Amino acid sequence: MSDIDITSKTMDGMGPHGTKVGLLRVLGPAHVWALGVGIVLVGEYMGWNFAVGKGGAYAALIACWFAGILYSCVAMIDSEVTSTVASAGGQYTQAKHIIGPLMAFNVGLYLVFAYTMLEAANAITAGYLFFVVAQMTGHAGDLDQRPFIILVIMFLAWLNYRGVLATLTFNLVITAIAFVAILVLFASTSGVLGGGIMEHAALFEGHELPYGWIGVLAAMHFGLWYYLGIEGTTQAAEEVRSPARALPFGTLAGIMTLLIAATLTWYVCSGVLPWEFLGDGVNGSVAPLFDTARLSGSTGLVWLLGFGTLFATLASANGCINDASRAWFAMGRDKYLPGWFGAVHPKYRTPYRSIVFLVPIALIFALGAPLDQVITFSILSGLLGYTFMPLNIILFRRKWPLDTIKRGYEHPFHPIPALTLLTLCAITFFAVFLGYGTQLVAMIGFYIVVSLWFHFWRYRFVNRGAQFTMPWPKPRGY
Amino acid sequence: MDLWSYLEYAAWGLSAAFGLHMAFDWLKTDSTYSEDVLTSSREGELEAMAEEHKAQS
Repeated sequence: MSDIDITSKTMDGMGPHGTKVGLLRVLGPAHVWALGVGIVLVGEYMGWNFAVGKGGAYAALIACWFAGILYSCVAMIDSEVTSTVASAGGQYTQAKHIIGPLMAFNVGLYLVFAYTMLEAANAITAGYLFFVVAQMTGHAGDLDQRPFIILVIMFLAWLNYRGVLATLTFNLVITAIAFVAILVLFASTSGVLGGGIMEHAALFEGHELPYGWIGVLAAMHFGLWYYLGIEGTTQAAEEVRSPARALPFGTLAGIMTLLIAATLTWYVCSGVLPWEFLGDGVNGSVAPLFDTARLSGSTGLVWLLGFGTLFATLASANGCINDASRAWFAMGRDKYLPGWFGAVHPKYRTPYRSIVFLVPIALIFALGAPLDQVITFSILSGLLGYTFMPLNIILFRRKWPLDTIKRGYEHPFHPIPALTLLTLCAITFFAVFLGYGTQLVAMIGFYIVVSLWFHFWRYRFVNRGAQFTMPWPKPRGY
Repeated sequence: MDLWSYLEYAAWGLSAAFGLHMAFDWLKTDSTYSEDVLTSSREGELEAMAEEHKAQS
């Protein structure tokens, strides 16, 4: 018999009777927005332009909008499920309630790997930014990037350790500045304010689709970069004051912000930078928005976009630490991992052991692995997570139809968004396979091995009676 | 040594300070509170309270 009964006042094991120290409910919709957009916006500042290299500027725009549809589906589906399953762990907790333990274990790992790898990639990028600024200001010799990479990870981990409100308020401020910087760059270079410098017609002539439609397909891989991470808003579920309102509001406002930011970014950069330069993110345009600002000839824009790039990088790493630690914490709390990770700091009310434990892992990848491999591992883990979502929502609606559970948000046109998401995921898997087939196969092999380990060994330690915590009716058909 | 050389040392120093602060606080917290208290967090706290309100009304 289960030792947990959520309707009992004496043996439920939950707050206010059982939970002596839990996560703090202090966040609002703006923090949810800052978490989602903060993780993603760095993708507008750098990375998306590899899509131009794969198929030209138009291919990058098509990828931008198709990926936009994919992520709009992700945001809608996530908003409905997470407004109902309002617990730390996000999609991991959803999978646990709706599909089962093995799926939940895999989804939890997807989340932790996607966010920790992305955090490492951001730290590498921040180190590189300091290197560039040092060169621009006349530093003799090469700057050692390592102390700056380590500082970014240590400072943000420390901030996360000290409390979620300060962490996400910090994210809100720097994300807002980075977003406004894109709007200002658009207004200043497109002719809205003063003279415009856009040369779309001249730059595109004869290069509309340089590699044909296969180039468009290949561009989908990096099209994800415009929005990768918006699903991270769900990790705040246990720390928002009103999950049913704040999570859908913050998530949907976030995807709208990103659709605007992504389209403006494409428009501004492709109208100023030649596609061959824009599409080479290694030897050409590493930070396209910053390069566009430099070509505008305005010192003010150069400074604004320089800070925008740095802030977007920091906001992303900060959000990733927040999300990876919540997923790790939730898995520890359920004994999917050692229960020791399920501890909450009694003063700061954060999952402090999970935060500290993931620091050396992020450092190892940031200091020892090449950036493109780190990013690819992050994208692939994210993509596996997106593939789970349509299955999740279809099962959720089938087991608990709309009239059985009250949702904070009901996404429209079900099952069209789920099927669209599934189709776009399949296309993107093919696109990734074209460029990174070996990594894709290796990673799927890795998840199969850890699944076997979980099934045959780890599951015996799981606190099975405490897994299903939502006061829902019995699922239909059971 | 120019400004950036000093900044490199400052970055090493600050990184060590943040790391040590977390490590020190972690050890202090673990030795001050029992494991029962630290790992007492349970999923579904809000839902449990909502159910209680429903049961009471």
